Amino acid sequence: MTTKIKYETVIGLEVHAQVKTKSKIFCNSATEFGQEHNSQVCPVCLGYPGTLPVLNRKVVEYAILAGLALNCEIAKHSKFDRKHYFYPDLPKNIQISQYDMPICKNGHIMINGKKIRINRIHMEEDAGKLVHAGSAGISGASYSLVDYNRTGVPLLEIVSEADISSPEEARFYVEKLRNIVKYLDVCDGNLEEGSLRCDANVSIRPFGQKELGTKVEIKNLNSFKALQRSLEYEVDRQIYEIENGGKIIQETRLWKDDQGITLSMRTKEESHDYRYFPEPDLPILEIDAEWVHKIRETLPELPDEKRLRYIEKTGLSEYDASVIVDSIETAKFFDDALKLTNNAKSAANWLMGDITAYLKENKLNLNDIKLTPESLVEMIDLIDKGTISNAIAKKIIVSLMEKGGSAQKIVEEQGLTVISDEGQILEAVKKVIKENPGEVEKYKSGKTQVIGFFVGQIMKETKGKANPAVINKLFKEEMEK
Amino acid sequence: MITVKEVEHAAKLARLELCEEEKEKYTEQFSKILDYFNQLKEVNTEDVEPMAHVFPVKNVFRDDKAEVSSIRTEILKNAPLEEDGFFKVPKI
Repeated sequence: MTTKIKYETVIGLEVHAQVKTKSKIFCNSATEFGQEHNSQVCPVCLGYPGTLPVLNRKVVEYAILAGLALNCEIAKHSKFDRKHYFYPDLPKNIQISQYDMPICKNGHIMINGKKIRINRIHMEEDAGKLVHAGSAGISGASYSLVDYNRTGVPLLEIVSEADISSPEEARFYVEKLRNIVKYLDVCDGNLEEGSLRCDANVSIRPFGQKELGTKVEIKNLNSFKALQRSLEYEVDRQIYEIENGGKIIQETRLWKDDQGITLSMRTKEESHDYRYFPEPDLPILEIDAEWVHKIRETLPELPDEKRLRYIEKTGLSEYDASVIVDSIETAKFFDDALKLTNNAKSAANWLMGDITAYLKENKLNLNDIKLTPESLVEMIDLIDKGTISNAIAKKIIVSLMEKGGSAQKIVEEQGLTVISDEGQILEAVKKVIKENPGEVEKYKSGKTQVIGFFVGQIMKETKGKANPAVINKLFKEEMEK
Repeated sequence: MITVKEVEHAAKLARLELCEEEKEKYTEQFSKILDYFNQLKEVNTEDVEPMAHVFPVKNVFRDDKAEVSSIRTEILKNAPLEEDGFFKVPKI
């Protein structure tokens, strides 16, 4: 089928970030993840009659902090509202949320030079978790089991405008948002564990058309990959529907990751009528400029600022700076290393190269290994002083990551210092030349690039300890003889 | 004016089953209530600030301190059905 009309994709995202408080938003039940089910509940979060919610101050402070980081206006007056729906994960049959007076409004973040507007951020309580008995998913279960530990855990809902115009851009947006909330230490940003959750609204329209197409909401997006794939699928599906005389229905669709498709969810669409009204059990919030100012002063350096600093102050390339900034753990480690060395480039290279490779291979985090900024810098100094070769450092770094300790000590104990003694190296040079007459011939006939082969072989012969400059010098001298 | 259809919708959202007689009765009562609100609307509120809460109280907070709960067994006693420490509910 040939497509005559070109379509434009319009995406808006709702991101729910679980706020890292010790206690729930309206009661002092604990919020720790992975505890025994129904062990972190109390009469307030279970909605017992006669109980009163009391707002956790920290949640408000985190909401303001996130709002400032996302360039929002902070409301002077804000309030909570009741949202009504019946579902077993909601013991009160109402969710305390914010409707028409959210705490933050009109923000934005930049994605590759494009402004994505943020409509609002509001505070609300999380619902419980349903476990479907029979483990055949929602459809096959005969009954459900409910764990209310998550009920009342504070959430920030961050709602974007429909400014996102491709599935890839949607992924960039959520990745950036996640990075920012992790930098703020407001949320640990784990999509797989659900501490960061994302729903996507997507529609298509012919290019140039002003009115928006009918939008579809996609749920169950548990990874960045799922977010992008589900949107790609949904865009294709909508184009196919329209081009084959079908119609897009406004509905909620569930992403099926194993099948790579979205399916219509029949259950909830009957009543998107939440009948909000002001929560009478919670007094209003009045947020004065002084409070906001105090919180603004605690704003940490954010990813974009950090990236610029790395480029301007330490001479990293745009690419290197972006890679390091993308993970707060790496950025923190790098910042600590920068306090100890001027060789930022080398520290960055080790972090992005051998260290990242090792972490990926062993599925570890920087915090899980024994390497410290101090021991990395110590090793870099040893390379810079010419005490050890790069080849040796590649071995030492593994030992530093696995066992910790000091690079200097490892060098001393294992005798890994670079050999600059010409007599010792000359022996190896002569041996390698003798063993490779063919390559020698090539070199002498003008193919001088084989010198790389010789240096490698001689390095091997000296177990990586020979000073490369000395090898080069001696080899050339031998060839001229 | 409120219609019977709107009453049926409100009843459905509230999970209430109404007989025909009740539907008519509530339609009439709802209409009267709304009429009363219309009467309130006639008051001039031009210079009056909107009010979100009846009490002149604001910014009531608690500190972020967690307490260990030990009421699991007690609370599960109130569950109509229980299984392995979970609340058991009908299939969704």
